[in-house]
Amino acid sequence: MAAYLLRRLGFIVLTLLLASVVIFAATQLLPGDVAQVLLGQFATPTALANLRAELGLDRPAYLQYFDWLGRFVSGDWGDSLASRQPVLPLVLGRMRNSAMLALLALLFYVPVGIVLGVLAALNREKPLDQAISGLSMAFVGLPEFVSGLLLISAFAIGLSILPANSSIAPNTGFPQAFRFLVLPAITVSLTSLGYVARMTRATTIDVLKTDYVRAADLKGLPRGQVLRRHVLRNALLPTITVVAMGIGYLIGGLIVTEQVYGYPGLGRLLVYAIQRRDVVLVQACSMVVVAVYSLSNLVADILYAVLNPRIRYG
Amino acid sequence: MSAATTLDAAGAALWIRDLTIAYDTDRGPLETVRGVTLAIAPGEIFGLVGESGSGKTTLARAIVRYLPANGRVLAGSVRLDGTELLELSRAQMRRTWGARITMVHQDPNTAVNPSIMIGEQIAETVRVHLGLSRSRAAALALDMLAKVRISDPAAVARRFAHQLSGGQLQRVLIAIALSTNPRLLIMDEPTTALDVTTEAVILDLVRDLLAEYRTAVLYITHNLGVVARLGHRVAVMYAGELMEEGTVREVYKRTLHPYTLGLLGCVPRIDVDKRDIVLNTIPGLIPRADGLPPGCIFAPRCPGAEQACRDRRPPLQAAEENHRTACRRWQDLRRSPAPFTQKKRAYDREAAGDQTEVVLEAAHIRKYFPAWRVGLRELLRYGRPMVRAVDDISVRVRRSFTMGIVGESGCGKTTLARCIAGLEEATAGEMELEGERLPRTIARRSPAQLKKIQMVFQNPDASLNPQFSVGASVERPLAALGGLSRERIREKVRELFRAVNLPPDYIPRLPHELSGGEKQRVAIARAFATDPALMICDEPISSLDVSVQASLMNLLADLQDLQGTSYLFISHDLAAVRHLSDWIAVIYLGRLWEIGSAADVFSPPHHPYTEALLSALPVPDPDLARTGIRLHGEVPSAVHVPSGCRFHTRCPRKIGTICETQEPPWQEHGPWHRINCHIPVAELLRLQAKGGS
Repeated sequence: MAAYLLRRLGFIVLTLLLASVVIFAATQLLPGDVAQVLLGQFATPTALANLRAELGLDRPAYLQYFDWLGRFVSGDWGDSLASRQPVLPLVLGRMRNSAMLALLALLFYVPVGIVLGVLAALNREKPLDQAISGLSMAFVGLPEFVSGLLLISAFAIGLSILPANSSIAPNTGFPQAFRFLVLPAITVSLTSLGYVARMTRATTIDVLKTDYVRAADLKGLPRGQVLRRHVLRNALLPTITVVAMGIGYLIGGLIVTEQVYGYPGLGRLLVYAIQRRDVVLVQACSMVVVAVYSLSNLVADILYAVLNPRIRYG
Repeated sequence: MSAATTLDAAGAALWIRDLTIAYDTDRGPLETVRGVTLAIAPGEIFGLVGESGSGKTTLARAIVRYLPANGRVLAGSVRLDGTELLELSRAQMRRTWGARITMVHQDPNTAVNPSIMIGEQIAETVRVHLGLSRSRAAALALDMLAKVRISDPAAVARRFAHQLSGGQLQRVLIAIALSTNPRLLIMDEPTTALDVTTEAVILDLVRDLLAEYRTAVLYITHNLGVVARLGHRVAVMYAGELMEEGTVREVYKRTLHPYTLGLLGCVPRIDVDKRDIVLNTIPGLIPRADGLPPGCIFAPRCPGAEQACRDRRPPLQAAEENHRTACRRWQDLRRSPAPFTQKKRAYDREAAGDQTEVVLEAAHIRKYFPAWRVGLRELLRYGRPMVRAVDDISVRVRRSFTMGIVGESGCGKTTLARCIAGLEEATAGEMELEGERLPRTIARRSPAQLKKIQMVFQNPDASLNPQFSVGASVERPLAALGGLSRERIREKVRELFRAVNLPPDYIPRLPHELSGGEKQRVAIARAFATDPALMICDEPISSLDVSVQASLMNLLADLQDLQGTSYLFISHDLAAVRHLSDWIAVIYLGRLWEIGSAADVFSPPHHPYTEALLSALPVPDPDLARTGIRLHGEVPSAVHVPSGCRFHTRCPRKIGTICETQEPPWQEHGPWHRINCHIPVAELLRLQAKGGS
């Protein structure tokens, strides 16, 4: 297991390196360079040349890359071009906000999706199953900016029980932020909820058909025990993979959702950085997203191995 | 009156009366089991024999009330110790399961939960039914594992399903089934998925254990030989109805139904072969429940059917003491079974010898595969480990003769076949086809050589393209290798279909429209399309029903007689190999242990491994139910093969350290019979004559 973990962590480092090359190339080397962005359209060629020399943009690309990478790894993420603030604390603060939102969403959609999926499987082809299957299909198809607006008009405008705007102040604690998190969390959850419910339904139906579940039934175990020990444990294994894969989707969903609710998270920061052509900020945000994605996949694989005795990583 | 009907509902452990079961389909209910009446006494092993589609599994599932959602019991009564099961609530039924009725299913690999430890899977059932504490239940689980003769129960209890072999898992399931001392144990094909030697050990275990318990057993199987070894009474089921029922001796020895007679005649015997008899076959197909004939349901396939048989359906009636039959002509049958007996046919063929020319010479074939997933430490100590699937095997196949290759699963027989066919590249060894060097892979063989070697695979579902008509599948090799005109190809396809007894209107059909036996006929037709000199048949009949097996074996024998083709016939089924082969080679762990003419190999002296295979073979004759020697333990890994004689770890006749340290010598017995063993032939002969195998 230790060897496996080391190997996987090695691969994650490799992934991050490759991603850094792509991100660097896409942001720093493409036409419309940083100096041009900073000085605007009407800058004189001399001013541009001076700034380029100052920023090191006249050096060969690979030198610029290693220079950037070295500083990035040592924790010097530079200053935002747009706001002139240090990037690292800014990104970390926004990451904390996004993590709060993502965690609440996960805590909501994973259990609810599993319960809905199991209920649908147990009532296969009956009205409850048809309702759940139809609903989860709709959830999968509904984009966040539509579901977000629907939720806002229902709960914030119609019922007036939850705020429509979630622009909380920096460093707001979870209890104070909770009221503002509910609607965005539901919005970002719906698609993943649909996937988890559909996946759980499919795997539960498969497991219900296996010989060992029939054998457990015919051992005369109480139905609840058969479901808990023999069905669910085996049925939830593939769901774990879906949840982990869904984290990538969750990040995408966060970007849109945070925009809809004006929530100060990493996604909103990324959009802001792109709009301002704030290259430094874009690079930092993108790298964080890649790292989060790789690590969540690793966690999912480890969880899968712990729950499945047939997989022993050597 | 027979025992079944005299046993009243109170005295029987299981008592079934007029049970009719239907499945709801788009075209209305389909009555797949009709009017079944039987009774099983406490402690009795009752064999229920039938081919696939006979309704035997449906019957079992109705008894435990575990039918699929579209199945229901239309009429009848099922009583367990006098209690009517069909009237119990779901909750009452759940208390009956596992406590008073238990079940063991066909495939042990899928019947054990993969993510719960073995011991706990026994313990959970006794906790629920016997109300034991956790620690008492765990202790009982260990006792049960010991009882089913699992060595080191404490270690096995902490393992998971994927760490055990099929034979061990089936013991675990038997342990679970007996742990609550049930009144009725239903076993549905419990040894079908296992090797013949493992099957023999499991059958011994079941017989010994049940002598101890007063459990009644309903033993469902397609294998008449298994029932002969184990059962007290037997019922033969056909298309949803019982045809014959009685004590095993009565039914097997004084058969009173032509279907039973047909089934018994389908099974190849080990004392005669294709030169002496043609296997009995049952023409036609089993009728569907919605297309039953008005009279006797077996009449359309019965050689002895009269008009009266076709007019009215005869009931299952008591013919003699302990013997019921559904044949109205049973008295005629008793007087003279001649219309149903096997026609004798002598193939115009001399006994196995070395007169005819050699078609295939394969010398010192080896096939090593790199072993996957090995630890670093192992890699450093042994170097790159190899699975030695085939390790120095030489065979010779002569013109128009059959070389049978027999061995358990994993012995390397299929790998050997694939190497000869060129589908796998042999790691070492030389091959010659009709005196010409045969390259190791298909890619380097000439078109003429490709034409001369053809192959029939085990599973026709996988070897026929589901998108192509079966005619197109047969056409392919003709077009690719024949160089014939379109007209000539079409003509040849029709000839081939005629040769394998398929009517020409089958040519445009798709594989899924054919039965398993018909599909295998198409595969045989395809293999014969190029007039091969050598046909490699890799378990061609193993997945089929006995009556279908018999007709395919007859077909193979006929085609060989007609075309002079040589066969390399690979099977785990000794009886089938015996029937078709002129020569037999016995393989274990990638090595050859005995080779000789079929008659030689099947009469002493045997290699101890051959002896074990033979004594494990279930023979459909209660008088021949032999005990003989048994193989215990598991087949060793082909990565680290045992030293000395590779068979020594399981050999019941091991003589000492010489077996562990030295490779055994080849010994000759007669002109062609050779045995690879340390024990002198004379000694083997003495041991085996005494052992009575």
